[in-house]
Order: sequence, then C-alpha cells, then structure tokens
Amino acid sequence: MSAGNLTRRKIYDRASRVVFLLATLLGVAALGILLYRILSDGLGWLDWQFISSFASRFPEKAGILSALFGSLWIIGITAPVAFILGIGTALYLEEYAKKGWFTNLIQVNINNLAGVPSIVFGILGLGLFVEGFLFGRTILSGALTMALLVLPIIVVASQEAIRSVPQHLRNASYALGASKWQTIRGVVIPAAFPSILTGFILALSRAIGETAPLIVVGAVTFIAFVPSSPLDQFTVLPIQIYSWTSKPQDEFRAIAAAGIIVLLIVLFTLNATAVYLRNKYQKRY
Amino acid sequence: MSIIEVRDLNLYYGQHQALHNINMEIEANSITAFIGPSGCGKSTFLRTLNRMNDMIQGVRIDGSVKVVGEDIYESRVDVEILRKNIGMVFQQPNPFPKSIYENITFGPRLHGITDRNKLDEIVESSLKAAALWGEVKDVLKKPAYGLSGGQQQRLCIARALAVNPQILLMDEPTSALDPISTAKIEELLDELKTTYTIVIVTHNMQQAARISDKTAFFLNGELVEFDSTPVIFQNPCDKRTEDYITGRFG
Repeated sequence: MSAGNLTRRKIYDRASRVVFLLATLLGVAALGILLYRILSDGLGWLDWQFISSFASRFPEKAGILSALFGSLWIIGITAPVAFILGIGTALYLEEYAKKGWFTNLIQVNINNLAGVPSIVFGILGLGLFVEGFLFGRTILSGALTMALLVLPIIVVASQEAIRSVPQHLRNASYALGASKWQTIRGVVIPAAFPSILTGFILALSRAIGETAPLIVVGAVTFIAFVPSSPLDQFTVLPIQIYSWTSKPQDEFRAIAAAGIIVLLIVLFTLNATAVYLRNKYQKRY
Repeated sequence: MSIIEVRDLNLYYGQHQALHNINMEIEANSITAFIGPSGCGKSTFLRTLNRMNDMIQGVRIDGSVKVVGEDIYESRVDVEILRKNIGMVFQQPNPFPKSIYENITFGPRLHGITDRNKLDEIVESSLKAAALWGEVKDVLKKPAYGLSGGQQQRLCIARALAVNPQILLMDEPTSALDPISTAKIEELLDELKTTYTIVIVTHNMQQAARISDKTAFFLNGELVEFDSTPVIFQNPCDKRTEDYITGRFG
C-alpha cells in the first residue's frame, strides 16, 4: 500500500516537471516564431533609407522617421511626468498619509485605475487635454494622456517597493535625529529605488506599445515631418505599423515588419537601460 | 546627578494603557537595566525616552519626562535634536545598506557636517569607541552587510556614537547575538559608561546583573522595583521581583 503510494507520488513528481517545462517552452517557442517571422519579413526592408524617410504611399520610399521621433517625444514627456507624479503619490500614501477610510478610498481607486482599459484613458485625454486645456491634437496631449495611463501602474509598483523597505532601517535613521524627509531621501528612496525603477520601465514599455488612447487623442497616421515641439502633430510607431498593415499592397506587410523591428529595438533598449541602472544601484552600497 | 527624571508617566495605545504611573530617576554615567517578562512595557518605556513612540499611530502620553532638566514632551522641543542627544541601538543589528563608512557618517551628515577630514575623524573615533576600528579599518568602503552579526551591532553602536549623544538607549542589543559577540558588547558598555549614560533593556537577567549599576523591574506596565543592581538581585523588597529573579515565572 505504502509502496504503491510512493510510486504514484514519484510519477506525479516527474509529470509535474514535464508539464511545467512544456508550459515554459510553449511561451518561448511562440516568441521565437514571432521573432523569426518578423525578422525574415522585415529585415530586408530595414535600412538607413527606411529609418530616415517619412511615410509614403510608395513602398520603396516609405520610412519610419516621423513615427520614431513621435514615439521618442511621447516617451520623453510621459516619462518625467509619470515618474514625478507616481513616486510622489506613492511616497505620500506610504510615508505621510494616515491610514484611514480616505487613504483606503484613494488606494482602491488607484488599484482599479490600473485595470481600466486604455481607450477610456484616451477619451479622458481627449476631453481633458485636447478640449479642456486646449492643447489640441498634439504631442503634449498624447504624452499627458499616456502619463495618466501608466501612473497607476507606477504608483502601485513604487508603493510595493517603498513598503518593502524594512521598518528597522527607518527607525535607525529617526533614532539618529533624521527628519522625515531626510529619512525618505537618505534611506527609503535609495533602498526602494531599484524596484521603483523596474516598475517604472515596465510601465513605460507599455506606454510605447499603446495605440488606442493616442488614436482617440488624435495621433495622425500620415506625418511628413519630424515634430519639433510638444505642440506639433504626431504619430507613433504602433500607429504607423497598424496603418501599414491595413494597406492593400503586399510590400507594406514587410514594411510593417520592419517597423515592428524598430519598435522592438526601442523597447529592448529601454529594458536594457533599466536592468543596467538597477544593477548599478543595487551594487552601490 | 540624575540626567533623566520621569514623573507620573502614563502611556496609552488607543484605549489600552501600556504604562502605569512610572516614576524614575536615572543617574548620569551609569548603566541602568530594565528587566521584566515580554509585554511588561520595558521597551515601550525605553522608547518614551527619545520619543520613538511618536512614530506609532494612536499613542498618547501624560506625565513628564525630563532630560537634563528639560521636559522632552513640550511642544517647543525639537525631536530631531532630542534624538541626536539620545542615541538608540536596536534589538536586530540594522545597518543601512551602505558602506561601513557611510553608515557612520549618515548621522553627522544629517546634522550638517560635510567636511571630509572631520567626517574621517568621526568615523575613526566612533569605530574606536565601539571597539570595531581594528577589524574594519581596511574595509571602510565595503558594504556593512558583509560584517558578522556582532560586528554589525557594534557598527550600529558606533553609528549612534557618531552624532555625539549624551545618552545611549539600547533595546535588547545582544539578544540576536552569539555569546562571544555578547561578551564583547558587554565589555564595551562598561567602557562607554565613563562617557555616556546607558539605559539597556534586556531579557537576560544575568546580563543585567553583570553590567548594570541599577536595575528596574517592570511587570504589566508598572515599575515594580527600582534599586541598585545588587539589591534587586540579592535582596529585593517586592515579592514579585523575587519571584521573577528566582525564575518562578517569566
């Protein structure tokens, strides 16, 4: 009886290993196939001409320059706005706010906002920034909308990071006569920073890939200039890619693949920066 | 001369009264030990002396705590300066995730010292005072987490000394350490009392007997007995003290 039981346990033991391995491999395989197809379709079109040209209805002249700059502009404004607001909110909620029904209400709201569909943020951005503040259908409106979209994610991630800083480190600082702000700046932020950064970069990666809210806010698909100010019209990489995939000519599908490669490169660069910074700050002490 | 004078101190966590009518005078340049079973209020009382209880929501205090003649609960008292004058060492060694050097200079920097030479001096003198200099003088830039538990605790003592306090509060500073590290710290306390006033909470009655000049016995939030250490351990007045000392409960 006990021996039979043992055999069965061992079988389960091995089976579970195989099941989990398959689950992992499935994901990796899907990613591999995706990368292979995109690279084989798009690499042929990815050249300097493609990077340095504007959109065009002729496949051989089409390029990604305005979309690339549009995305960089959006991220360039979204990042600092979301970073400052996100960490500020997280620090307030974790370090300053008294626990009570009001803080709980804010907390529940933030958690819910993190799950609101992005199109809803688009409509908010349209009403608030485009029409309310009269920023128009510009980079500024798009970037601020994106900042609102990723803000809850950054707040929640930063809160987790701040909460995981052990209380005894704060006590050590207070016991030396540190003020609250000195403690936050000298102990809490340095200890939480690597995790805050990770959450922040993940949120930004999401912002780079988002399409829906920017369409609502008014990104255009055909822009034949490089935006030079936050009040210019713009397009971004995913919108440009989407518009190419819906063109009738076959070549544009390959061009879309080339666009995806550019988008992935931007994403990977961003993630690599995050990993680098995280390791650098973790090693600092 | 008494450096700390506590009069009619009551402390409440919300509805619950954790300290009842405590009166105590602590002499300068002495070691005072607080003993008593878990939850008796000895650590809570220790934290009233540098207002670390301020951090806990719902704590209310009445009565007075005078340090060098000044009531530390008056509104004009600057808590930061108070805590600079009354250092604290905790149960778990809690160095910052920084280098040994930065751990020591954290406090002095808070209070505005930025001169490199001055900071170097403070690091050396604090580490010497905490009997750690010899072991770490060549690895000052290394992370504090690389030290052993006992070294970390001495680092925390050095860190507390670096802001030049008058009083050192210690909340079971050796309970997480091995016997050899404990012995080192006890030896160190005996040297430190020539310069500082030390108040130590301890779970270990032998430790109180070994190192302290006076001992206070707490039970259920009350100060049952406070007298010179030999009296408490050999000839206590109160039956409850005697029962605790002889191990009948606790």
